[in-house]
Amino acid sequence: MKTYGGKVLFLDRSDINTDEIIPAKYLTEISKEALKPHMLEDFKLEGFNPNAPAVSEAKVIVTRSNFGCGSSREHAPWVFEVNDINVVIASSFARIFRQNMFNCGMLAIELAENPIDELFAHKGADASISIDFDNDKLTITSSKGTKTFDYQIAEFDKALVKAGGWVEFADARY
Amino acid sequence: MHIKSKTYYLIERKVKKMTMTLAEKIFKSHLKDEPFPGTKVLNIDVVLCHEITTPVAINDLVARGKDRVFDPEKIKVVIDHVSPAKDTKTAIQGKIMRDWARRQNIRDFFDIGRNGVCHAIFPEKGYIRPGYTVIMGDSHTCTHGAFGAFAAGVGTTDLEVGILKGVCSFRAPETIRVNINGKLPEGVYAKDIILKVIKTLTVKGATDCVIEFRGDVVKGMSMESRMTLCNMAIEAGGTSGICMPDEMTVDYLWPFISSDYKDKSAALADFKKWWSDEGCKYVKVLDIDVANMQPQVTYGYKPDEVKDISEMEGTPVDQIYIGSCTNGRIEDLRVAAAYLKGKQISPLVRGVVAPATTRIFRQADEEGIVKIFMDAGFCVTNPTCGACLGMSNGVLAPGEVCASTTNRNFTGRMGKGGMVHLLSPAVAAVTAIEGKIADPRKFKKETI
Repeated sequence: MKTYGGKVLFLDRSDINTDEIIPAKYLTEISKEALKPHMLEDFKLEGFNPNAPAVSEAKVIVTRSNFGCGSSREHAPWVFEVNDINVVIASSFARIFRQNMFNCGMLAIELAENPIDELFAHKGADASISIDFDNDKLTITSSKGTKTFDYQIAEFDKALVKAGGWVEFADARY
Repeated sequence: MHIKSKTYYLIERKVKKMTMTLAEKIFKSHLKDEPFPGTKVLNIDVVLCHEITTPVAINDLVARGKDRVFDPEKIKVVIDHVSPAKDTKTAIQGKIMRDWARRQNIRDFFDIGRNGVCHAIFPEKGYIRPGYTVIMGDSHTCTHGAFGAFAAGVGTTDLEVGILKGVCSFRAPETIRVNINGKLPEGVYAKDIILKVIKTLTVKGATDCVIEFRGDVVKGMSMESRMTLCNMAIEAGGTSGICMPDEMTVDYLWPFISSDYKDKSAALADFKKWWSDEGCKYVKVLDIDVANMQPQVTYGYKPDEVKDISEMEGTPVDQIYIGSCTNGRIEDLRVAAAYLKGKQISPLVRGVVAPATTRIFRQADEEGIVKIFMDAGFCVTNPTCGACLGMSNGVLAPGEVCASTTNRNFTGRMGKGGMVHLLSPAVAAVTAIEGKIADPRKFKKETI
């Protein structure tokens, strides 16, 4: 299994699409490492700077609804993976992006809008999130305090994470 | 005891009468495994591949010592996104595909010169049939649901497992039924209808759902128009679009299936077994009356940001693009040419048209459509996805605006800093003439 948790990058917008996460012009790369400098390059949000330290230090993304909509490109999870971000927490995900995350052994955690709002309350307070994978709990810690949330992921998705991804799971079973 | 057996009888009758949607029937017939409740691992009939999302899967299989395919007959390959190669990187992607197709004996490989945009060429070859399961590393794979198939875009890992094992996992699908009725007004097309549907459902309204397109308007539509509808199901978050396979489907597929059936009515009877049952369960039903519908145009950076053309007329643009898996088929080119015949595009804009496949290009040439476009001042390019995703053949400069028959208007989609208005081929044609967004209902169509 990968390591999950660490400093949080808050992306306070819904419907962030995969073109914003990694623009199509970089899809001509055939190595995941080559994607690394281009994460969130075209992300559209007032005041967002893809080169800021908060972006490069992040290990967890917290965002709103329908995250990862648009293209099927797995380059979106990959660009997070090569930047050491293995967890995205959102109020909902686009289907293909969500499946791509678990297929790569990464975590796409859905929380209701209220707990997402509570997580966003820690924005700008040097927040970190730790993941207790076995017990389906996540804990946010910042200068504003600490709080633990229960989350649910599908049994299948959990099995994928444990197996290291869908290729490993499918190869062992089929 | 007597009562008990009667209860069992009732339960049995109830089971027998259990109704299913088309998607549920496909899931039932293709189910290989249910590793956990709600997770369905399906056998896949066709795995489609292109040069952008497949090379990483191929390289990973090689690295794992598993450089094999589950069935070379069920894998179909095309080079389409950047065609021909524009630089060393895209040339390498093409080479990986060519070498792989050769060593795995994949006969259905379409290289440049014989290629086309994936979601146009694969149906054209007759590879997609009612009741099939189809996956591809491309979100617009939902297009193929027009044939009554379950067709889903997937990532590279799903594609890799599909190539190796012929399976893919999905959650059990729920179906949204969209009834499209009324008399379609002149100047309004399938593209306008699907934009209206996305506006209504929103960009996340169909997540984890199949969108089933029903109603008189769909019944009367060509396969090309049905593909336009299904193509944009993903823009509402949908897993697949789906249409009921009918006479139109039989006619389209007849050259490929004529040896399988004694006549067309036998094929139709066979296709109809896939139809959603009367009384089956839909998670949502949407009724769209097209009688008073206007042409639709997007105004923002999401495909659900859609307005009537009366609110968008006069918006200046820099480029017109006609092509893509949404609207690059022969029917689309015919409509655009009917408005463009004998006209010149405005000196304020430039126009690019990319017929979606080499066959469509040839057909357009034979019908005089290529000449109409060229006489009007359009740049006619070879088939490729190219500009739609800002790869090649018509990329925008920062600040530029494109009136486009494609499917995504995301920020920078056709080039960093550029903007896209999604619209129909008819709106694109008259916009080219006016140099700003225009209403096709105010223009005369010529016979071509």
